[in-house]
Amino acid sequence: MLGNLAVQALSGLASAASLFLVAAGLTVIFGVTRIVNFAHGSFYMLGAYLGWTLATNLPRGHVPFWGGVVLAAVIVGLVGVVVELLLLRRIYKAPELFQLLATFGVVLVVQDAALWIWGPQDLLGPRAPGLRGAVYIFDSRFPLYDLVLIGIGIAVFLLLWLLFQRTRFGILVRAATADREMVGALGVNQRLLFTGVFFLGSALAGLAGALQVPRESVNLQMDLAIIAEAFVVVVVGGLGSLPGAALAALLLGQMQAFGILVFPQITLVLVFLVMAAVLVVRPYGLLGRAPAGHAASLHIVEPPIAPLSPRGRLVAAVALGLAMLAPLVLADYALVVMTEICVAILFAATLHFIMGPGGMASFGHAAYFGIGAYGAALLVKHLAAPMELSLLAAPFAAGIAGLAFGWFCVRLSGVYAAMLTMAFAQIAWSTAFQWVAFTGGDNGILGVWPPAWAVPKPVQAWGALVLCLGGAFLLRRMIFAPFGAALRAQRDSVLRAEAIGIDTMRTRWFAFAIAAAFAGLAGGLFAFTKGSVFPTYMNISRSTDGLLMVLLGGVQTVTGPIIGAIAYTGLHEQLLRLTDLWRAVLGAIIIALVLFFPRGLAGLGAKQ
Amino acid sequence: MQLHGASNQEGRFSMIVTRRTALAAGLAVPAIAQAQNDPIRIGEINSYTAQPAFLVPYRNAWTLAVDTINAQGGINGRPLATIFRDDAGKPEDAVRHAGELINNERVALISGAFLSNIGLALGDFANQNKKLFVASEALTDALVWSRGNRYTFRLRCSTYMQAAMLVEEAAKLPAKRWAVVAPNYEYGQSAVRWFKEMLTRAKPDVQFVAEQFPALGRIDAGATVQALAAANPEAIFNVTFGADLTNFVRQGNTRGLFERRAVVSMLTGEPEYLEPLGDEAPEGWIVTGYPVEQINNPTHNAFRDAYRAKYRELPKLGSVVAYDTVLAIAAMLRKVPSLETEAMVEAMRGLKFNGVFGQGESEFRAADHQSTMGAYVGRTVVRGGKGTMADWRFADGRAYLPSEDAARAMRPAG
Amino acid sequence: MTLLVVENLAKSFGGVHAVQGVSFSLAAGELLALIGPNGAGKSTCFNMLNGQLRPDQGRVVLAGQEITGKPPRQVWRMGVGRTFQITATFASLPVIENVQLALLSHRRRILRFWKPLAAEDPAEALALLERVGMADQAQRPCGVLAYGDLKRVELAIALANAPRLLLMDEPTAGMAPAERVALMALTARIARESGIGVLFTEHDMDVVFTHADRIMVLERGRLLAEGAPEAVRADPRVREVYLGHEGTH
Ligand SMILES: Nc1ncnc2c1ncn2[C@@H]1O[C@H](COP(=O)(O)OP(=O)(O)O)[C@@H](O)[C@H]1O
Ligand SMILES: [Mg+2]
Repeated sequence: MLGNLAVQALSGLASAASLFLVAAGLTVIFGVTRIVNFAHGSFYMLGAYLGWTLATNLPRGHVPFWGGVVLAAVIVGLVGVVVELLLLRRIYKAPELFQLLATFGVVLVVQDAALWIWGPQDLLGPRAPGLRGAVYIFDSRFPLYDLVLIGIGIAVFLLLWLLFQRTRFGILVRAATADREMVGALGVNQRLLFTGVFFLGSALAGLAGALQVPRESVNLQMDLAIIAEAFVVVVVGGLGSLPGAALAALLLGQMQAFGILVFPQITLVLVFLVMAAVLVVRPYGLLGRAPAGHAASLHIVEPPIAPLSPRGRLVAAVALGLAMLAPLVLADYALVVMTEICVAILFAATLHFIMGPGGMASFGHAAYFGIGAYGAALLVKHLAAPMELSLLAAPFAAGIAGLAFGWFCVRLSGVYAAMLTMAFAQIAWSTAFQWVAFTGGDNGILGVWPPAWAVPKPVQAWGALVLCLGGAFLLRRMIFAPFGAALRAQRDSVLRAEAIGIDTMRTRWFAFAIAAAFAGLAGGLFAFTKGSVFPTYMNISRSTDGLLMVLLGGVQTVTGPIIGAIAYTGLHEQLLRLTDLWRAVLGAIIIALVLFFPRGLAGLGAKQ
Repeated sequence: MQLHGASNQEGRFSMIVTRRTALAAGLAVPAIAQAQNDPIRIGEINSYTAQPAFLVPYRNAWTLAVDTINAQGGINGRPLATIFRDDAGKPEDAVRHAGELINNERVALISGAFLSNIGLALGDFANQNKKLFVASEALTDALVWSRGNRYTFRLRCSTYMQAAMLVEEAAKLPAKRWAVVAPNYEYGQSAVRWFKEMLTRAKPDVQFVAEQFPALGRIDAGATVQALAAANPEAIFNVTFGADLTNFVRQGNTRGLFERRAVVSMLTGEPEYLEPLGDEAPEGWIVTGYPVEQINNPTHNAFRDAYRAKYRELPKLGSVVAYDTVLAIAAMLRKVPSLETEAMVEAMRGLKFNGVFGQGESEFRAADHQSTMGAYVGRTVVRGGKGTMADWRFADGRAYLPSEDAARAMRPAG
Repeated sequence: MTLLVVENLAKSFGGVHAVQGVSFSLAAGELLALIGPNGAGKSTCFNMLNGQLRPDQGRVVLAGQEITGKPPRQVWRMGVGRTFQITATFASLPVIENVQLALLSHRRRILRFWKPLAAEDPAEALALLERVGMADQAQRPCGVLAYGDLKRVELAIALANAPRLLLMDEPTAGMAPAERVALMALTARIARESGIGVLFTEHDMDVVFTHADRIMVLERGRLLAEGAPEAVRADPRVREVYLGHEGTH
């Protein structure tokens, strides 16, 4: 018994050690560059693949094995440098969400590159020489290698500590982390510092990946699996705080090790619950501090929005008329796509509502889409409710979730808000995923079909047109109405808004809930057109889909999300069918978009 | 020359018509004329990128089977054409592909589904849209029983059948304290449910002392192994496969979980799952699987040789499943006058085909749409640094299925 | 009639005692100037009056009601309008909508979701803009305005509240001298017509001595002198600390 507990605790330490290596890199990079690097998980995965290649090709023995691990880390560090030089260097001043998206583009490209180089199979590498066995702790065995891993984790922590305390580089890093403005004062050194930090951070991720090879098989899912956990560690510890990352990694490692004993069924939720709780109580993490000089990056002056010109109204009316006629002539599949586009338009419009006029960052908007879909589907499944009623329940369920989650989210800003929205979305996702008895887990809920009158594709297309475009239209009205003006007003200046009697927090909160409710409607509709709901309805990639639509269209215009949704859905549809490398192409498009068209497609048409 | 060009143009035109628009009815003449040797289109949806171990050999054998049939003149002169779609392991994507295949690609039927939850989603979709769905692998019994429907058929020897085969062996063990580990989705849940139920029936005094349900593809192997060890079971029933299995076995070996413990394990004898383990493959596990190199009968030898000639490696179980699926679909198509769904459904019911295991005829039972394809049961051993099966026998699926009446009773009415 | 009573107000930031024990009162229709060198604590005083900052000590009473520590939006509801030293307007909204929003907020009609803001009583907003001389720029977004114009918009916004009390932190900074005099003349007229009390800071002594009914001098957080313009001008202590600064403006 005692042995088991001790070994479970050690297992927790071993996971904590690798989590710490990954999170340390992420947090140092964030501290200095203020970039939340989604691609950090990809660096970890690259490290694992490179580690595997080196371990299987180099001769056996201590020196080649450990040399291979270090070499893998260095190569990954260099890949990080390339990414920094070619991409991130150009977007340090862009809004957080753009940066997040750009690094997400890198994730997609790396995924396909790894698929292309190493193939889709899981790769099981050799064990570390001399470390195949286990040590006895009371009556239980603990892998020797994991013990070494714990040692490496501690050693790296101490080395980093020395680096940051004793070297000029480290002192610069700490200064930059403490105060953003300080970095500017460094002048030419700044570039070198950023690149250096990127090398260090990426190499740490690569090291963690390569060290994983003797423990488990290498596969293409490693990147997103680790990045979610690394985000949790970094955010819980406090963005930019190295000791914070260590503390949070320890906490998380132990939580997972013992969580599996106590709550084997809710391991996934647990992690994000902790993250949300920490963010709510200590918005800047356990050991983090409120960022100095942070407000500057929020000081982006939004251009004014304008109602449609007479010509624009005419174009919109004609387009709407054509869309209403389309179901009469289009083939079934075209109608399916059209229905999907309508749902996408409403979803994008809701996200735009909080991002554009609201000025809030959301990285978890899919939660509300999914909660709407699940709300409707659960009514159908458990109460055999008719579609009409369930569709009403969808925005209701999502709106309530929006009120609940939003209450916390609107209190934070920037990256912290984005992370909290993501945490809530992950909570929703993992609940759907792991609460099998209620939500059906990974099986989803099937049989969410519309009644006979709503089965024909033209009817569905009309229904989607009316409800989704109607919803988008309502949102648009709100943006121009006093409430929307107040929303834009608080985005422009909280100080002034409060000084003229506007409750800015409440305005943001209502906007969040309204957007959530409409997103829920989109989700409910989607459920009935597909006949099923799954946890993927609220996963990270649906949230990024929404972001892409909004950014593709342009955040600054009200028509942007509509154009973005149409363009993105069409693009995605085509890419999926045209090429197996659709991830890489999509990633490249995202990167190009962020680099060259930060104002989106609608920005292209607007006057320069 | 001139004439040739013109006919070419017409050919292209009619193809666009049949594929792209609903106006085909109005321009039906060239379309039907074309239909005589138009390929028969099959929409095959599977988790190619998410479960490559099983599905790369699967797709290879599928292509081999289709090429072979087409080389022999196809189905009454019409070749088979397959449109592959990757669902990436997500039911949502599978359903979306199914819609696209039916509405846009105009396939005659859909097939595929490796993961059980995807099988269920596609089954429900097929039922709603009244299209034939031939599930090749998806193992859950719900697919043909509790959620069975008129349009869904399944080839592979199901969770219930494999659990029954394993329970037969497990009941012979002295072990009373059992632990289970299974991926937390339809397949893992239902395999555990059946195993517990049947083993308890066979040996009422068994106890289940620990259960671990790691998320599919995301096992925290060290902690899971430790949690199982903590319960100190006498035997373990494992349902994990693929990457989860690999990690589970490695951690279990290091931590001595499998020493002095019996392990009964679903699918682990399949070469796709043994191969990545290399010399770390477990020994003495009681498994279902596929001793590909040891089976010796003319049908299987021919299949193995043909596959090896084309792909320069031995087939895996995925290859067998794909090849048999194509054989079954072809057998059905030979029996129908048109590609009308109801006719195909009727032809599938009670359809007999000869699979490449070479163990005689299998049948899609009319009562529950489950085929009687069997499986090999044996023990794992490591030979020449590789895992394989020993002491195996072929278990005929028929013997491990409930009667047709009992099965019919489990299906929803209507 | 006494409109505003401030008692013993104090605020420090870390070790900096920005404001220490300031007390004064202000009558309806009176223009009270708060002057003092940079860093004397003037803006900090303003921020405590409208609730931007919570005082460490002291009381603020407006028309008999204590408002100490109330948030800015509640202070606004009690009839206080303010302008900021560093202007704060809604950059993406047209000038007129800045004012319309303030008007709607004054009438508690913000939570409306259908009719466009632009259609909400533009005449009244335009009239206010007319008064401050910004009617011709009503449709321009605030983000593109000159600094002096922004100060005018801020005044219009503050007036939209039909205020009893106007707090104006350097209302004429960034304007040409002639404009300064004109703007303060306008403010004085409105204040007298409508009985609004005005507390303002100003570096331009011409403006101060022309328009203020009374002057307070703040130095290092303490009130140094207070009284009618002539008395303050004659005060030797004021001349001592203040003369050096007069020249710079
Ligand atoms: N938010 C703050 N944090 C720290 N110190 C402040 C803050 N605001 C003002 N101060 C300090 O308080 C003192 C008074 O500032 P302020 O009220 O702005 O003076 P004035 O408006 O008279 O120029 C100055 O020393 C200033 O540095
Ligand atoms: Mg000041």
